[in-house]
Amino acid sequence: MAIDILYFARIRETIGRSAECVSPPDNIITIADLVDWLAERSPGHAEAFADRDRLRAAIDQRFVDPGTPIAGAREISLFPPVTGG
Amino acid sequence: MTAARHISVRVTPDDIDVAAELASLEALGGGGVASFTGIVRGGNGLTAMVLEHHPTMTQTSLESIAAEAAARWPLAGITIVHRYGRLSPGDRIVLTATASSHRAAALESCAFLIDWLKTKAPFWKKEFFQDGDSRWVDARDADDAAAARWLR
Repeated sequence: MAIDILYFARIRETIGRSAECVSPPDNIITIADLVDWLAERSPGHAEAFADRDRLRAAIDQRFVDPGTPIAGAREISLFPPVTGG
Repeated sequence: MTAARHISVRVTPDDIDVAAELASLEALGGGGVASFTGIVRGGNGLTAMVLEHHPTMTQTSLESIAAEAAARWPLAGITIVHRYGRLSPGDRIVLTATASSHRAAALESCAFLIDWLKTKAPFWKKEFFQDGDSRWVDARDADDAAAARWLR
């Protein structure tokens, strides 16, 4: 299952890229699992995801909670809490 | 009031023509128009602010915020314009405006739009300073509290 992962703002800068395509193993069920798994990819990933309280996610352009299953997702975005307005 | 409303939602790098946007709402024939304009704050050596956004999520997020306002208040029109890209102190960032035949509906829904938008639209601000420093703006608990008062 290949998923496009998009990174924004501080997360994007810390990882050093704005997107990557990944194929998580079958035991990766939720957003929280995915973040744990992605954090292993590089020191930058680990640093970007160190503070899970300041991480937000969207599946296919919809905001979701960390416990949301990722099955069927085409695009997952990971970013800090929003600061628009 | 019918559900036939003027809803205008735009995400743009360009400046916001507030007078033209308000004139469009005034032309709807409601009793009043309320608006909020967000401006880049100067001071503390701030030289620029860059607004990053999620290109495929922003428009739909703002449209759903406008739809929520339309469901809660009897509105003749709703306008949301949000900028992205590099801005300077004094530049406009965002405009929320509503038209209604009831002033309370116009004022309340306008406040709702900006409070809701601050916690639910995928924008991120980065500040740049005279000494070369830069930092991402942290989300504020006060913004969460302001949005929470509209929960129901």
